[in-house]
Amino acid sequence: MNNNEPTHIQSYSRLFMVLLGLFLLTGLTIGVSYIHMGKLNVWIALIIASTKATLVLLYFMHLKYEDQLIRFSFISTVLFLVIMISFIFFDISFR
Amino acid sequence: MMKAAQDHKGKTIGMWLFLYSEIILFGGLFVLYAAYFNRYSSDFISGGHELNRIIGSINTLILLTSSFTVAASLTAVRRNSNRTAGLLLGFSMVCGLVFLVNKYFEWSHKFHAGIYPNSEQLVNGPPGVNIFFGMYYMITGLHGLHVIIGSLLLGFSLQKLVKRKITAESHAFLENSALYWHLVDLIWIFVFPLFYLVL
Amino acid sequence: MNDVTSFYKTPSPQHLKGVWAWLLTQDHKRIGLMYMWAVLFWFIVGMLMGLLLRIELMQAGKTIVDAKVYNSLFTLHGVIMIFLFVIPAIPSIFGNFILPIQIGADDVFFPRLNLLSWYLYMLGGLFAIISLFSGDFPDTGWTFYVPFSVTAKSNVSLTVLAAFILGMSSMLTGLNFITTIHRLRAEKMGWMQIPLFTWSLYATAWVQLLATPVVSITLLLVVIERLFSLGLFDPDKGGDPLLYQHLFWIYSHPAVYIMILPGMGVISEIVPVFSRKSIFGYKGIVWSGMAIAIAGSLVWAHHMFTSGMSDVAVFVFSLLTFLVAIPSAVKVFSWISTMYKGSIEMSPPFFYALIFIYLFSLGGLTGLVLGSAGTNIQVHDTHFVVAHFHFMMFGGTGFAFFAALHFWWPKMFGILYDFKKAYIAAILTTTGFVFHYIPMFILGLQGMPRRYYDYLPRYQTGNFLAGLGGIVLVLGILMMIVNLLSSFKKRVPASSNPWGGTTLEWTVPSPPPLHNFIHAPEIPAYPYDFSQVNRNDESGSGS
Repeated sequence: MNNNEPTHIQSYSRLFMVLLGLFLLTGLTIGVSYIHMGKLNVWIALIIASTKATLVLLYFMHLKYEDQLIRFSFISTVLFLVIMISFIFFDISFR
Repeated sequence: MMKAAQDHKGKTIGMWLFLYSEIILFGGLFVLYAAYFNRYSSDFISGGHELNRIIGSINTLILLTSSFTVAASLTAVRRNSNRTAGLLLGFSMVCGLVFLVNKYFEWSHKFHAGIYPNSEQLVNGPPGVNIFFGMYYMITGLHGLHVIIGSLLLGFSLQKLVKRKITAESHAFLENSALYWHLVDLIWIFVFPLFYLVL
Repeated sequence: MNDVTSFYKTPSPQHLKGVWAWLLTQDHKRIGLMYMWAVLFWFIVGMLMGLLLRIELMQAGKTIVDAKVYNSLFTLHGVIMIFLFVIPAIPSIFGNFILPIQIGADDVFFPRLNLLSWYLYMLGGLFAIISLFSGDFPDTGWTFYVPFSVTAKSNVSLTVLAAFILGMSSMLTGLNFITTIHRLRAEKMGWMQIPLFTWSLYATAWVQLLATPVVSITLLLVVIERLFSLGLFDPDKGGDPLLYQHLFWIYSHPAVYIMILPGMGVISEIVPVFSRKSIFGYKGIVWSGMAIAIAGSLVWAHHMFTSGMSDVAVFVFSLLTFLVAIPSAVKVFSWISTMYKGSIEMSPPFFYALIFIYLFSLGGLTGLVLGSAGTNIQVHDTHFVVAHFHFMMFGGTGFAFFAALHFWWPKMFGILYDFKKAYIAAILTTTGFVFHYIPMFILGLQGMPRRYYDYLPRYQTGNFLAGLGGIVLVLGILMMIVNLLSSFKKRVPASSNPWGGTTLEWTVPSPPPLHNFIHAPEIPAYPYDFSQVNRNDESGSGS
């Protein structure tokens, strides 16, 4: 249960590739915002943002190599947030 | 107590648990954003037009880069390149500072333009625009506070690195400060499109 | 056993002396005790506030205070009882003292963070005191609804900041317990061998960690609105006051599960011991605890049925609310089934546990009246609600807290209290409780609103009766506390296992040594195997 072996070391090149990916996605989200698709724009922006966030989480924050407990509880936290928002829409969408 | 002191994984778990509480804290504000965007879509769009997309984009790139340099500093420490690690950490802190300076300019520009909480322009204008800027100030304000805290944590990490209290074998403080910094980055990743790219 | 040095004699860190051995301690047992004295203080203060306001209500019109003071009284009573007593009590006192021992650990994972949690608790209490004496205490009710909380001239910001700080204390405790349970369990103790009290604290800890930040941001928004008038909840500026209510209850409903789950954990420990029989349905209790934590986070808007939210929301939340009752029932059936064909032995903790089961079940049934949207319209914001939540938080958590005090008192202090006086106090308390709150159910159904200073003549009898019950209730509680405190005078020594319990805290001396265990604990294959264990008396014979 005590885990003191050295944790996986992320190489500089891998980290840099992730940064490039993040820059590209940032450019993409800025570009897409000029194409007007109504409500769809929000969802696309959120999907791109979530992709960027996933990259940061998996590689910068090491989530790819972490314990199941952390991955499971992280997803649960996000799920709780999603439920908070969506359940409120039961109210505000139907007033 | 004996066991916990050497349990690196446990310290990581503790830090992630703390991050969850921060995610939910900001989450409450995103709940409000979602509800109000649904109600005031066109006002949010016109509000979004007033924000400076260029500063917003630059700030995004700055935070992303600083996240990279923080992660890289951890790699450096693990490879015993303490000097490189120190430089990377220092650079990250500078990024944080630049971000805050940009924010300061953004906010003061808005204030001068009469766009601030409870200003005449906002109170007498469309309600959705008032809410947009209320949310803007609330979220970027709370986020800015976290940038300050994160920068301080990076600063303490740098100090410990210099004093050789952070080493290849023992670097939990740096690792956890790095996680906090990445969280600050994560929040901005969502704030940026939701406020600056509503077009 | 007599030559083992108790933790009272060994400070940790070692060099600390005198009062600093307490104020700077990193020992979970000392921290638990420091919480206990502070929590008992706030409980008594909150109880006296309650008594004052119920005496005021004994007669229509002014009795002892005027309307404004009355409004502040019920606000203060709510804030103190909820944030300074019911939420922290069982986790911070008994969780801190007992949890590490139950899992075979020598402390929690983050001992210094634990001490910080205590300081945050004390700081929150201090803010509450300051807000009481430095100007007008708020009269908004503990729910701080907008717009009144934003526009009121009273000390709302200070009080709300007190609650914010107390929330941080709660969150950090949850964080500490989760990490402790994951990382510091004895090697041979798998998940399905963890005692049920610890399991209940695990479920609670997740709610503490994830739900509390919602109220933190909500209270922060109230302060920001008061300072800067952003208008986020102000309809004149585009805001929606109902969003405040949503955010508030997204925490405050799960908060009641933070309150009750540890209490249920206490009962799950006590019932097997005094039935001399293993708990019925260990896994059922484990899973129902987690189910309550999860499902309880999905039902918050049942506090808002009459607020003006959509009919769809009313329907959804009413349906989900009925589902939460199911895991609670699983626990009640399990406790009863444990007692069935067991070898029952009465003791003060068991007595309180039995009363808990009765009051919790009764109160829980009235929850169905409230959860059903149609009937809710009749009873919302009436005394029916007041009676319901007091049955749950007081009859439930409060009595579980009393049970825990009587159960673990010998372990924490190495002494026993007077049983006879304990029983008499319990009977007085329960009798007072029943006569205090049952009239309120009737008053509520008859239409008497809550938080009203004055009322129509037809409510006079019910209020008068409730007041009498309240006086008896307070007398019973005071007697209970005096009895417990008197145990320090007589110092009847307690052995390591006066009740014959099977969980690890009963294998260590009373009180325990600094690092809890003298030799590495033997982990039984199942935590509730009563075939082997015997209780021991002061001579130390038996296991």
